[in-house]
Amino acid sequence: MRPNEAGRSLFGRVVLYVLLILGGLIMLAPFVVMVVVSLWPNTAFMARRFPLDQITLANYVETFRVLPFGRYFINSAFVTVTVTIGQILIASLAAFAFARLRFRGREAIFLLYLATLMIPSQVTLIPNFLIIRNLGWYDTYAALIVPGLFSALSTFLLRQFYRSIPIDLDDAARIDGASSLRIWGQIMLPLSRPIMAALAVFAFQASWNDFLWPLVVTGTDQMRTIPIGLSYFVGQYATAWNLLMAGSVIALLPVLILYLLAQKTFVQGITMSGMGGR
Amino acid sequence: MSDLAAPAAPSRRSFFRWRPEQQWEAYLFILPSLLGFLLFVFLAVSISFGISFVDWGLTGPRGFVGLANYRELLRDPVFARTAGNTLFYIVTIVPFQLILGLLMAIALNQAIRGTELFRMIYFLPVVTAIVAGAIVFRLLLARNGPVNDALGWLGGTIGLDVRLPDLLGSARYSKWSVVLLTLWKNTGFTMVVYLAALQGVPPELVDAAKVDGAGAWQRLRNVTIPMISPSTFFLFVLQTIGAFQLFTEPFVMTRGGPAQSSMPVVQYIYQNAFQYTRMGKASAIAWFLFIFIFGFTLIQNRMQQRWVHYETE
Repeated sequence: MRPNEAGRSLFGRVVLYVLLILGGLIMLAPFVVMVVVSLWPNTAFMARRFPLDQITLANYVETFRVLPFGRYFINSAFVTVTVTIGQILIASLAAFAFARLRFRGREAIFLLYLATLMIPSQVTLIPNFLIIRNLGWYDTYAALIVPGLFSALSTFLLRQFYRSIPIDLDDAARIDGASSLRIWGQIMLPLSRPIMAALAVFAFQASWNDFLWPLVVTGTDQMRTIPIGLSYFVGQYATAWNLLMAGSVIALLPVLILYLLAQKTFVQGITMSGMGGR
Repeated sequence: MSDLAAPAAPSRRSFFRWRPEQQWEAYLFILPSLLGFLLFVFLAVSISFGISFVDWGLTGPRGFVGLANYRELLRDPVFARTAGNTLFYIVTIVPFQLILGLLMAIALNQAIRGTELFRMIYFLPVVTAIVAGAIVFRLLLARNGPVNDALGWLGGTIGLDVRLPDLLGSARYSKWSVVLLTLWKNTGFTMVVYLAALQGVPPELVDAAKVDGAGAWQRLRNVTIPMISPSTFFLFVLQTIGAFQLFTEPFVMTRGGPAQSSMPVVQYIYQNAFQYTRMGKASAIAWFLFIFIFGFTLIQNRMQQRWVHYETE
Protein backbone atom coordinates (compact mmCIF):
# COMPACT_ATOMS: atom_id res chain seq x y z
CA MET A 1 0.00 0.00 0.00
CA ARG A 2 1.37 3.40 -0.87
CA PRO A 3 1.73 5.30 2.36
CA ASN A 4 -0.15 8.42 1.46
CA GLU A 5 -3.87 7.85 1.53
CA ALA A 6 -5.08 9.51 4.68
CA GLY A 7 -2.18 11.91 4.51
CA ARG A 8 -3.70 13.75 1.58
CA SER A 9 -6.44 15.86 3.07
CA LEU A 10 -5.94 18.16 6.01
CA PHE A 11 -8.97 16.68 7.73
CA GLY A 12 -7.65 13.15 7.33
CA ARG A 13 -4.33 14.19 8.75
CA VAL A 14 -5.86 15.82 11.81
CA VAL A 15 -8.03 12.78 12.56
CA LEU A 16 -5.03 10.53 12.14
CA TYR A 17 -2.89 12.56 14.51
CA VAL A 18 -5.62 12.71 17.12
CA LEU A 19 -5.95 8.92 17.01
CA LEU A 20 -2.19 8.33 17.06
CA ILE A 21 -1.68 10.69 19.98
CA LEU A 22 -4.56 9.11 21.87
CA GLY A 23 -3.04 5.67 21.30
CA GLY A 24 0.36 6.97 22.33
CA LEU A 25 -1.05 8.40 25.55
CA ILE A 26 -2.68 5.06 26.41
CA MET A 27 0.57 3.21 25.77
CA LEU A 28 2.62 5.72 27.76
CA ALA A 29 0.22 6.26 30.65
CA PRO A 30 1.37 3.24 32.68
CA PHE A 31 4.99 4.42 32.44
CA VAL A 32 4.04 7.96 33.43
CA VAL A 33 2.02 6.73 36.42
CA MET A 34 4.89 4.47 37.42
CA VAL A 35 7.46 7.26 37.38
CA VAL A 36 5.20 9.86 39.03
CA VAL A 37 4.09 7.58 41.87
CA SER A 38 7.69 6.49 42.42
CA LEU A 39 8.87 10.09 42.86
CA TRP A 40 6.44 11.23 45.56
CA PRO A 41 5.59 9.99 49.05
CA ASN A 42 2.68 7.56 49.23
CA THR A 43 0.50 10.22 50.82
CA ALA A 44 0.81 12.28 47.65
CA PHE A 45 -0.58 9.41 45.59
CA MET A 46 -3.38 8.81 48.09
CA ALA A 47 -4.39 12.47 47.90
CA ARG A 48 -3.78 12.56 44.13
CA ARG A 49 -1.77 15.72 44.64
CA PHE A 50 1.81 15.89 43.53
CA PRO A 51 3.30 19.22 44.64
CA LEU A 52 6.66 19.82 43.01
CA ASP A 53 8.40 20.60 46.27
CA GLN A 54 7.70 17.09 47.54
CA ILE A 55 9.58 15.29 44.75
CA THR A 56 11.98 12.84 46.30
CA LEU A 57 14.20 9.90 45.51
CA ALA A 58 13.58 8.51 48.97
CA ASN A 59 11.37 5.72 47.58
CA TYR A 60 14.25 4.37 45.56
CA VAL A 61 16.52 4.41 48.58
CA GLU A 62 13.79 2.82 50.66
CA THR A 63 13.26 0.01 48.11
CA PHE A 64 16.88 -0.97 48.53
CA ARG A 65 16.47 -0.83 52.31
CA VAL A 66 13.32 -2.95 52.77
CA LEU A 67 14.32 -5.43 50.07
CA PRO A 68 17.70 -6.86 49.09
CA PHE A 69 17.16 -5.09 45.81
CA GLY A 70 20.88 -4.64 45.23
CA ARG A 71 21.29 -8.37 45.46
CA TYR A 72 18.37 -8.97 43.09
CA PHE A 73 19.88 -6.53 40.66
CA ILE A 74 23.29 -8.21 40.73
CA ASN A 75 21.64 -11.62 40.30
CA SER A 76 19.57 -10.44 37.37
CA ALA A 77 22.52 -8.72 35.73
CA PHE A 78 24.89 -11.67 36.17
CA VAL A 79 22.36 -14.26 35.00
CA THR A 80 21.21 -12.18 32.04
CA VAL A 81 24.70 -11.37 30.76
CA THR A 82 25.92 -14.95 31.17
CA VAL A 83 22.85 -16.45 29.52
CA THR A 84 22.98 -14.00 26.62
CA ILE A 85 26.66 -14.49 25.82
CA GLY A 86 26.63 -18.22 26.50
CA GLN A 87 23.49 -18.90 24.53
CA ILE A 88 24.69 -17.04 21.44
CA LEU A 89 28.15 -18.67 21.57
CA ILE A 90 26.83 -22.20 22.02
CA ALA A 91 24.20 -21.69 19.35
CA SER A 92 26.73 -20.18 17.00
CA LEU A 93 29.14 -23.12 17.34
CA ALA A 94 26.39 -25.64 16.67
CA ALA A 95 24.88 -23.56 13.88
CA PHE A 96 28.27 -23.37 12.19
CA ALA A 97 28.61 -27.15 12.24
CA PHE A 98 25.07 -27.63 10.94
CA ALA A 99 25.57 -25.09 8.17
CA ARG A 100 29.15 -25.56 7.04
CA LEU A 101 30.61 -28.87 8.18
CA ARG A 102 29.99 -32.35 6.97
CA PHE A 103 29.30 -35.12 9.43
CA ARG A 104 27.19 -38.18 9.82
CA GLY A 105 23.82 -37.58 11.44
CA ARG A 106 23.80 -33.90 10.63
CA GLU A 107 20.33 -33.72 9.13
CA ALA A 108 18.82 -36.06 11.70
CA ILE A 109 20.20 -34.14 14.66
CA PHE A 110 19.13 -30.86 13.15
CA LEU A 111 15.61 -32.15 12.65
CA LEU A 112 15.52 -33.08 16.33
CA TYR A 113 16.46 -29.50 17.17
CA LEU A 114 13.65 -28.21 15.01
CA ALA A 115 11.21 -30.58 16.67
CA THR A 116 12.01 -29.07 20.06
CA LEU A 117 10.63 -25.74 18.85
CA MET A 118 7.19 -27.33 19.06
CA ILE A 119 7.47 -28.26 22.72
CA PRO A 120 5.95 -25.71 25.07
CA SER A 121 8.16 -24.80 28.00
CA GLN A 122 5.44 -25.88 30.44
CA VAL A 123 6.07 -29.51 29.54
CA THR A 124 9.74 -29.30 30.46
CA LEU A 125 9.20 -27.08 33.51
CA ILE A 126 8.57 -29.82 36.07
CA PRO A 127 11.17 -32.34 34.87
CA ASN A 128 13.79 -29.61 34.58
CA PHE A 129 13.04 -28.56 38.12
CA LEU A 130 13.56 -32.20 39.18
CA ILE A 131 16.78 -32.47 37.16
CA ILE A 132 18.11 -29.27 38.75
CA ARG A 133 17.17 -30.55 42.20
CA ASN A 134 18.90 -33.87 41.60
CA LEU A 135 22.03 -32.11 40.37
CA GLY A 136 22.04 -30.22 43.68
CA TRP A 137 21.60 -26.94 41.81
CA TYR A 138 18.38 -25.75 43.43
CA ASP A 139 18.69 -22.09 44.41
CA THR A 140 22.06 -21.58 42.70
CA TYR A 141 23.26 -19.52 39.76
CA ALA A 142 23.71 -22.75 37.82
CA ALA A 143 19.97 -23.38 38.04
CA LEU A 144 19.21 -19.91 36.75
CA ILE A 145 21.80 -19.96 33.99
CA VAL A 146 22.49 -23.42 32.58
CA PRO A 147 19.04 -24.36 31.18
CA GLY A 148 18.89 -20.94 29.50
CA LEU A 149 22.06 -21.56 27.52
CA PHE A 150 20.42 -23.77 24.93
CA SER A 151 18.18 -22.21 22.35
CA ALA A 152 16.95 -24.13 19.33
CA LEU A 153 15.66 -20.91 17.87
CA SER A 154 19.00 -19.08 18.02
CA THR A 155 20.72 -22.15 16.57
CA PHE A 156 18.21 -22.35 13.76
CA LEU A 157 18.36 -18.65 12.86
CA LEU A 158 22.16 -18.59 12.94
CA ARG A 159 22.35 -21.70 10.78
CA GLN A 160 20.11 -20.06 8.19
CA PHE A 161 22.39 -17.06 8.20
CA TYR A 162 25.62 -19.05 7.93
CA ARG A 163 24.23 -20.91 4.94
CA SER A 164 23.77 -17.64 3.11
CA ILE A 165 27.47 -16.74 3.35
CA PRO A 166 29.36 -17.64 0.15
CA ILE A 167 31.13 -20.98 0.42
CA ASP A 168 34.18 -19.64 -1.40
CA LEU A 169 35.20 -17.87 1.78
CA ASP A 170 35.56 -21.19 3.61
CA ASP A 171 37.26 -22.82 0.69
CA ALA A 172 39.82 -20.05 0.34
CA ALA A 173 40.56 -20.16 4.05
CA ARG A 174 40.92 -23.93 4.01
CA ILE A 175 43.40 -23.77 1.14
CA ASP A 176 45.40 -21.42 3.32
CA GLY A 177 45.32 -24.08 6.01
CA ALA A 178 42.74 -22.57 8.36
CA SER A 179 41.01 -24.94 10.76
CA SER A 180 37.25 -25.09 11.23
CA LEU A 181 37.58 -23.26 14.53
CA ARG A 182 39.50 -20.50 12.84
CA ILE A 183 36.95 -20.21 10.04
CA TRP A 184 34.22 -19.94 12.66
CA GLY A 185 36.06 -17.36 14.73
CA GLN A 186 37.57 -15.23 12.00
CA ILE A 187 35.05 -15.44 9.18
CA MET A 188 31.66 -16.43 10.51
CA LEU A 189 31.59 -14.46 13.75
CA PRO A 190 32.57 -11.11 12.23
CA LEU A 191 30.18 -11.56 9.31
CA SER A 192 27.27 -12.49 11.53
CA ARG A 193 27.64 -9.58 13.92
CA PRO A 194 24.31 -7.92 13.00
CA ILE A 195 22.22 -11.05 13.41
CA MET A 196 24.08 -12.00 16.58
CA ALA A 197 23.34 -8.55 17.97
CA ALA A 198 19.64 -8.99 17.19
CA LEU A 199 19.57 -12.43 18.80
CA ALA A 200 21.55 -11.18 21.78
CA VAL A 201 19.11 -8.36 22.35
CA PHE A 202 16.23 -10.80 22.25
CA ALA A 203 17.99 -13.19 24.64
CA PHE A 204 18.86 -10.31 26.93
CA GLN A 205 15.33 -9.01 27.35
CA ALA A 206 13.87 -12.52 27.54
CA SER A 207 16.30 -13.48 30.28
CA TRP A 208 15.97 -10.22 32.19
CA ASN A 209 12.17 -10.42 32.10
CA ASP A 210 11.94 -14.19 32.65
CA PHE A 211 9.58 -15.14 35.42
CA LEU A 212 8.35 -18.72 35.68
CA TRP A 213 11.70 -20.51 35.66
CA PRO A 214 13.48 -18.33 38.26
CA LEU A 215 10.30 -18.46 40.34
CA VAL A 216 10.52 -22.24 40.41
CA VAL A 217 14.25 -22.76 41.03
CA THR A 218 14.98 -20.04 43.57
CA GLY A 219 14.08 -20.26 47.22
CA THR A 220 15.96 -17.47 49.00
CA ASP A 221 16.58 -13.77 48.57
CA GLN A 222 20.21 -14.61 47.86
CA MET A 223 19.26 -16.00 44.45
CA ARG A 224 16.09 -14.18 43.45
CA THR A 225 16.11 -12.05 40.34
CA ILE A 226 14.37 -8.69 40.13
CA PRO A 227 11.04 -9.92 38.70
CA ILE A 228 10.75 -12.60 41.39
CA GLY A 229 11.77 -10.24 44.17
CA LEU A 230 9.24 -7.71 42.95
CA SER A 231 6.42 -10.23 42.84
CA TYR A 232 7.11 -11.21 46.46
CA PHE A 233 7.20 -7.54 47.31
CA VAL A 234 3.65 -7.19 45.94
CA GLY A 235 2.50 -9.83 48.39
CA GLN A 236 4.11 -8.10 51.37
CA TYR A 237 3.58 -4.42 50.62
CA ALA A 238 0.45 -4.49 48.50
CA THR A 239 -0.39 -0.84 49.12
CA ALA A 240 3.07 0.70 49.34
CA TRP A 241 2.59 1.96 45.82
CA ASN A 242 5.46 4.42 45.96
CA LEU A 243 7.91 1.61 46.73
CA LEU A 244 6.31 -0.84 44.29
CA MET A 245 6.53 1.71 41.50
CA ALA A 246 10.14 2.55 42.34
CA GLY A 247 10.94 -1.15 42.20
CA SER A 248 9.14 -1.51 38.88
CA VAL A 249 11.06 1.40 37.40
CA ILE A 250 14.33 -0.22 38.45
CA ALA A 251 13.16 -3.53 36.98
CA LEU A 252 12.48 -2.15 33.55
CA LEU A 253 15.18 0.50 33.32
CA PRO A 254 18.07 -1.61 31.93
CA VAL A 255 16.06 -3.07 29.06
CA LEU A 256 14.43 0.28 28.41
CA ILE A 257 17.79 2.02 28.11
CA LEU A 258 19.04 -0.69 25.80
CA TYR A 259 15.88 -0.32 23.71
CA LEU A 260 16.27 3.43 23.38
CA LEU A 261 19.93 3.03 22.41
CA ALA A 262 19.52 0.23 19.90
CA GLN A 263 15.92 0.51 18.82
CA LYS A 264 16.34 -0.98 15.37
CA THR A 265 18.29 -4.01 16.56
CA PHE A 266 15.69 -4.50 19.26
CA VAL A 267 12.68 -4.47 17.00
CA GLN A 268 14.50 -6.68 14.54
CA GLY A 269 15.59 -9.15 17.22
CA ILE A 270 12.18 -9.44 18.79
CA THR A 271 10.24 -9.77 15.55
CA MET A 272 12.76 -12.19 14.06
CA SER A 273 12.83 -14.40 17.15
CA GLY A 274 9.12 -14.04 17.75
CA MET A 275 8.48 -15.14 14.22
CA GLY A 276 10.76 -18.12 14.56
CA GLY A 277 12.57 -17.06 11.41
CA ARG A 278 9.56 -17.50 9.19
CA MET B 1 6.04 -24.91 11.02
CA SER B 2 6.06 -26.76 7.75
CA ASP B 3 8.41 -24.43 5.96
CA LEU B 4 10.97 -24.21 8.72
CA ALA B 5 13.51 -26.39 6.98
CA ALA B 6 14.92 -24.33 4.16
CA PRO B 7 16.02 -25.98 0.92
CA ALA B 8 19.63 -27.06 0.71
CA ALA B 9 22.17 -24.43 -0.18
CA PRO B 10 23.11 -24.28 -3.85
CA SER B 11 26.43 -25.41 -5.29
CA ARG B 12 26.67 -28.18 -2.76
CA ARG B 13 29.35 -29.84 -4.83
CA SER B 14 31.89 -27.04 -4.81
CA PHE B 15 31.10 -26.52 -1.13
CA PHE B 16 32.75 -29.79 -0.26
CA ARG B 17 35.62 -29.69 -2.70
CA TRP B 18 38.16 -28.91 -0.04
CA ARG B 19 36.97 -31.09 2.72
CA PRO B 20 36.71 -34.74 3.60
CA GLU B 21 33.48 -36.71 3.77
CA GLN B 22 33.46 -36.65 7.51
CA GLN B 23 34.66 -33.69 9.53
CA TRP B 24 35.05 -35.07 13.00
CA GLU B 25 35.55 -31.71 14.63
CA ALA B 26 31.88 -31.02 13.84
CA TYR B 27 30.87 -33.13 16.82
CA LEU B 28 32.92 -30.93 19.08
CA PHE B 29 31.14 -27.89 17.71
CA ILE B 30 27.70 -29.26 18.46
CA LEU B 31 28.69 -31.04 21.68
CA PRO B 32 27.86 -28.30 24.21
CA SER B 33 24.56 -27.58 22.56
CA LEU B 34 23.65 -31.24 22.10
CA LEU B 35 24.37 -32.09 25.74
CA GLY B 36 22.07 -29.30 26.83
CA PHE B 37 19.28 -30.44 24.55
CA LEU B 38 19.63 -34.07 25.55
CA LEU B 39 19.37 -33.15 29.22
CA PHE B 40 16.94 -30.24 29.37
CA VAL B 41 14.69 -31.15 26.47
CA PHE B 42 14.80 -34.80 25.47
CA LEU B 43 15.38 -36.31 28.90
CA ALA B 44 13.00 -33.73 30.37
CA VAL B 45 10.19 -34.58 27.97
CA SER B 46 10.60 -38.27 28.71
CA ILE B 47 10.57 -37.66 32.45
CA SER B 48 7.51 -35.48 32.15
CA PHE B 49 5.71 -38.13 30.17
CA GLY B 50 6.65 -40.80 32.70
CA ILE B 51 5.65 -38.75 35.72
CA SER B 52 2.23 -38.08 34.28
CA PHE B 53 1.42 -41.76 34.95
CA VAL B 54 2.69 -41.65 38.51
CA ASP B 55 1.22 -40.41 41.76
CA TRP B 56 4.12 -38.64 43.39
CA GLY B 57 4.58 -35.83 45.88
CA LEU B 58 8.33 -35.19 45.49
CA THR B 59 9.12 -37.17 48.63
CA GLY B 60 7.74 -40.55 49.46
CA PRO B 61 6.95 -43.43 47.18
CA ARG B 62 6.04 -43.17 43.53
CA GLY B 63 3.15 -45.31 42.54
CA PHE B 64 2.28 -46.11 38.95
CA VAL B 65 -1.33 -45.14 38.51
CA GLY B 66 -1.81 -45.50 34.77
CA LEU B 67 -4.16 -42.92 33.34
CA ALA B 68 -5.56 -41.94 36.74
CA ASN B 69 -4.02 -38.45 36.64
CA TYR B 70 -5.60 -37.79 33.28
CA ARG B 71 -8.91 -39.24 34.35
CA GLU B 72 -8.88 -37.14 37.49
CA LEU B 73 -8.47 -34.01 35.38
CA LEU B 74 -11.59 -34.78 33.41
CA ARG B 75 -13.54 -34.73 36.66
CA ASP B 76 -11.66 -31.84 38.26
CA PRO B 77 -13.86 -28.70 38.37
CA VAL B 78 -10.85 -26.44 38.96
CA PHE B 79 -9.13 -27.81 35.88
CA ALA B 80 -12.30 -27.18 33.89
CA ARG B 81 -12.49 -23.65 35.25
CA THR B 82 -8.85 -22.84 34.48
CA ALA B 83 -9.14 -24.38 31.02
CA GLY B 84 -12.21 -22.24 30.45
CA ASN B 85 -10.28 -19.16 31.57
CA THR B 86 -7.47 -19.93 29.15
CA LEU B 87 -10.02 -20.38 26.39
CA PHE B 88 -11.50 -17.02 27.33
CA TYR B 89 -8.06 -15.41 27.06
CA ILE B 90 -7.55 -16.94 23.62
CA VAL B 91 -10.87 -15.83 22.15
CA THR B 92 -10.55 -12.30 23.52
CA ILE B 93 -6.85 -11.48 23.29
CA VAL B 94 -6.18 -12.90 19.83
CA PRO B 95 -8.87 -11.08 17.81
CA PHE B 96 -8.54 -7.82 19.75
CA GLN B 97 -4.82 -7.85 19.27
CA LEU B 98 -5.01 -8.60 15.55
CA ILE B 99 -7.53 -5.84 14.93
CA LEU B 100 -5.82 -3.22 17.10
CA GLY B 101 -2.39 -4.11 15.74
CA LEU B 102 -3.63 -3.83 12.16
CA LEU B 103 -5.31 -0.48 12.83
CA MET B 104 -2.12 0.85 14.41
CA ALA B 105 -0.07 -0.41 11.49
CA ILE B 106 -2.40 1.15 8.92
CA ALA B 107 -2.29 4.47 10.79
CA LEU B 108 1.51 4.37 10.89
CA ASN B 109 1.77 3.41 7.23
CA GLN B 110 0.51 6.82 6.14
CA ALA B 111 2.78 9.50 4.77
CA ILE B 112 2.83 11.75 7.80
CA ARG B 113 5.54 13.08 10.06
CA GLY B 114 6.45 11.47 13.34
CA THR B 115 5.58 7.85 12.58
CA GLU B 116 8.96 6.71 13.95
CA LEU B 117 8.17 8.33 17.28
CA PHE B 118 4.75 6.68 17.51
CA ARG B 119 6.18 3.33 16.48
CA MET B 120 8.81 3.64 19.21
CA ILE B 121 6.13 4.44 21.80
CA TYR B 122 3.77 1.65 20.73
CA PHE B 123 6.56 -0.89 20.88
CA LEU B 124 7.76 0.24 24.30
CA PRO B 125 5.54 -2.10 26.35
CA VAL B 126 6.83 -5.11 24.38
CA VAL B 127 10.25 -4.76 25.96
CA THR B 128 8.89 -4.01 29.43
CA ALA B 129 9.19 -6.60 32.18
CA ILE B 130 5.79 -8.26 32.54
CA VAL B 131 6.05 -8.08 36.31
CA ALA B 132 6.49 -4.31 36.24
CA GLY B 133 3.55 -4.02 33.83
CA ALA B 134 1.38 -6.25 36.00
CA ILE B 135 2.16 -4.23 39.13
CA VAL B 136 1.37 -0.91 37.52
CA PHE B 137 -1.89 -2.33 36.13
CA ARG B 138 -2.82 -3.43 39.65
CA LEU B 139 -2.54 0.20 40.56
CA LEU B 140 -4.20 1.58 37.41
CA LEU B 141 -7.21 -0.73 37.41
CA ALA B 142 -7.94 -0.67 41.12
CA ARG B 143 -11.50 0.40 41.86
CA ASN B 144 -10.26 3.77 43.07
CA GLY B 145 -7.27 3.81 40.77
CA PRO B 146 -6.12 6.38 38.23
CA VAL B 147 -8.09 4.85 35.34
CA ASN B 148 -11.37 5.27 37.17
CA ASP B 149 -10.28 8.73 38.31
CA ALA B 150 -9.86 9.69 34.69
CA LEU B 151 -13.06 7.98 33.54
CA GLY B 152 -14.99 9.52 36.43
CA TRP B 153 -13.78 12.96 35.42
CA LEU B 154 -14.61 12.28 31.76
CA GLY B 155 -18.02 10.94 32.69
CA GLY B 156 -18.60 13.96 34.91
CA THR B 157 -18.18 16.31 31.99
CA ILE B 158 -20.74 14.46 29.89
CA GLY B 159 -23.00 13.56 32.79
CA LEU B 160 -22.62 9.78 32.58
CA ASP B 161 -20.97 7.23 34.84
CA VAL B 162 -18.46 5.52 32.57
CA ARG B 163 -16.25 4.17 35.32
CA LEU B 164 -15.09 0.58 35.06
CA PRO B 165 -16.38 -2.02 37.47
CA ASP B 166 -13.96 -3.44 40.01
CA LEU B 167 -11.87 -5.37 37.47
CA LEU B 168 -9.35 -6.85 39.87
CA GLY B 169 -11.62 -7.70 42.75
CA SER B 170 -14.64 -9.28 41.11
CA ALA B 171 -14.84 -12.83 39.86
CA ARG B 172 -16.98 -11.64 37.02
CA TYR B 173 -14.55 -9.18 35.48
CA SER B 174 -11.08 -10.19 36.68
CA LYS B 175 -10.22 -11.86 33.37
CA TRP B 176 -10.70 -8.53 31.61
CA SER B 177 -7.90 -6.98 33.61
CA VAL B 178 -5.60 -9.69 32.26
CA VAL B 179 -6.88 -9.06 28.74
CA LEU B 180 -6.22 -5.32 29.05
CA LEU B 181 -2.70 -5.86 30.38
CA THR B 182 -1.86 -8.34 27.63
CA LEU B 183 -3.20 -6.06 24.92
CA TRP B 184 -1.15 -3.16 26.26
CA LYS B 185 1.92 -5.33 26.48
CA ASN B 186 1.82 -7.18 23.15
CA THR B 187 -0.09 -5.18 20.56
CA GLY B 188 3.08 -3.31 19.59
CA PHE B 189 4.56 -6.57 18.37
CA THR B 190 1.53 -7.27 16.17
CA MET B 191 1.78 -3.74 14.84
CA VAL B 192 5.42 -4.12 13.83
CA VAL B 193 4.73 -7.38 11.98
CA TYR B 194 1.71 -5.89 10.19
CA LEU B 195 3.62 -2.74 9.31
CA ALA B 196 6.28 -4.82 7.56
CA ALA B 197 3.54 -6.72 5.73
CA LEU B 198 1.77 -3.52 4.63
CA GLN B 199 4.99 -2.16 3.23
CA GLY B 200 5.23 -5.28 1.11
CA VAL B 201 1.86 -4.76 -0.59
CA PRO B 202 2.56 -3.60 -4.18
CA PRO B 203 1.18 -0.06 -4.68
CA GLU B 204 0.12 -0.96 -8.24
CA LEU B 205 -2.49 -3.32 -6.86
CA VAL B 206 -4.02 -0.66 -4.66
CA ASP B 207 -3.91 1.87 -7.50
CA ALA B 208 -5.53 -0.57 -9.89
CA ALA B 209 -8.37 -1.12 -7.44
CA LYS B 210 -8.73 2.63 -7.11
CA VAL B 211 -8.95 3.07 -10.86
CA ASP B 212 -11.68 0.45 -10.83
CA GLY B 213 -13.58 2.65 -8.42
CA ALA B 214 -13.01 0.76 -5.17
CA GLY B 215 -13.42 2.90 -2.07
CA ALA B 216 -10.99 2.93 0.84
CA TRP B 217 -12.90 0.25 2.72
CA GLN B 218 -13.18 -1.98 -0.36
CA ARG B 219 -9.49 -1.62 -1.08
CA LEU B 220 -8.71 -2.60 2.48
CA ARG B 221 -11.16 -5.48 2.46
CA ASN B 222 -10.41 -6.89 -0.99
CA VAL B 223 -6.79 -5.98 -1.66
CA THR B 224 -4.83 -5.22 1.48
CA ILE B 225 -6.26 -7.81 3.86
CA PRO B 226 -5.84 -10.72 1.44
CA MET B 227 -2.34 -9.56 0.60
CA ILE B 228 -1.25 -9.54 4.25
CA SER B 229 -3.04 -12.78 5.14
CA PRO B 230 0.24 -14.71 5.59
CA SER B 231 1.11 -12.32 8.42
CA THR B 232 -2.37 -12.66 9.85
CA PHE B 233 -2.03 -16.41 9.81
CA PHE B 234 1.35 -16.31 11.47
CA LEU B 235 0.23 -13.82 14.14
CA PHE B 236 -2.94 -15.79 14.76
CA VAL B 237 -1.02 -19.00 15.41
CA LEU B 238 1.67 -17.30 17.44
CA GLN B 239 -0.72 -15.38 19.66
CA THR B 240 -2.99 -18.32 20.22
CA ILE B 241 -0.02 -20.36 21.41
CA GLY B 242 1.04 -17.40 23.54
CA ALA B 243 -2.43 -17.16 25.09
CA PHE B 244 -2.38 -20.89 25.84
CA GLN B 245 0.82 -20.27 27.81
CA LEU B 246 -0.28 -17.16 29.69
CA PHE B 247 0.97 -17.20 33.27
CA THR B 248 2.87 -14.21 34.63
CA GLU B 249 0.23 -11.56 33.93
CA PRO B 250 -2.55 -13.06 36.08
CA PHE B 251 -0.08 -14.57 38.56
CA VAL B 252 1.30 -11.17 39.52
CA MET B 253 -1.74 -8.99 38.93
CA THR B 254 -4.65 -10.99 40.35
CA ARG B 255 -2.89 -14.09 41.74
CA GLY B 256 -5.39 -15.96 39.59
CA GLY B 257 -8.25 -14.77 41.73
CA PRO B 258 -10.64 -13.92 43.05
CA ALA B 259 -11.73 -17.54 43.49
CA GLN B 260 -9.69 -18.81 40.52
CA SER B 261 -11.72 -16.59 38.22
CA SER B 262 -8.66 -15.39 36.32
CA MET B 263 -6.40 -18.41 36.82
CA PRO B 264 -5.05 -19.83 33.55
CA VAL B 265 -4.18 -23.48 33.03
CA VAL B 266 -0.45 -22.84 33.37
CA GLN B 267 -0.95 -21.42 36.84
CA TYR B 268 -2.87 -24.55 37.76
CA ILE B 269 0.15 -26.58 36.61
CA TYR B 270 2.32 -24.41 38.81
CA GLN B 271 -0.03 -24.79 41.77
CA ASN B 272 -0.23 -28.55 41.52
CA ALA B 273 3.50 -28.97 41.12
CA PHE B 274 4.89 -26.45 43.55
CA GLN B 275 2.16 -25.79 46.08
CA TYR B 276 0.34 -29.12 46.35
CA THR B 277 3.45 -31.06 45.20
CA ARG B 278 1.36 -33.25 42.95
CA MET B 279 3.96 -33.78 40.27
CA GLY B 280 2.03 -36.44 38.39
CA LYS B 281 -1.14 -34.44 38.08
CA ALA B 282 0.77 -31.28 37.14
CA SER B 283 2.60 -33.18 34.38
CA ALA B 284 -0.67 -34.58 33.09
CA ILE B 285 -2.03 -31.02 32.78
CA ALA B 286 1.13 -29.99 30.95
CA TRP B 287 0.58 -32.81 28.46
CA PHE B 288 -3.02 -31.79 27.98
CA LEU B 289 -1.75 -28.33 27.16
CA PHE B 290 0.84 -29.72 24.77
CA ILE B 291 -1.71 -31.83 22.95
CA PHE B 292 -4.03 -28.86 22.60
CA ILE B 293 -1.29 -26.60 21.25
CA PHE B 294 -0.03 -29.29 18.93
CA GLY B 295 -3.50 -30.10 17.66
CA PHE B 296 -4.27 -26.45 17.16
CA THR B 297 -1.09 -25.89 15.16
CA LEU B 298 -1.78 -28.94 13.04
CA ILE B 299 -5.35 -27.92 12.25
CA GLN B 300 -4.24 -24.40 11.44
CA ASN B 301 -1.58 -25.62 9.06
CA ARG B 302 -4.24 -27.63 7.26
CA MET B 303 -6.71 -24.79 7.15
CA GLN B 304 -4.32 -22.13 6.03
CA GLN B 305 -4.69 -23.01 2.34
CA ARG B 306 -8.31 -21.97 2.60
CA TRP B 307 -7.81 -18.42 3.67
CA VAL B 308 -4.15 -17.53 3.40
CA HIS B 309 -3.14 -15.97 0.13
CA TYR B 310 0.46 -16.57 -0.91
CA GLU B 311 2.21 -14.82 -3.73
CA THR B 312 3.77 -17.11 -6.32
CA GLU B 313 5.89 -19.59 -4.44
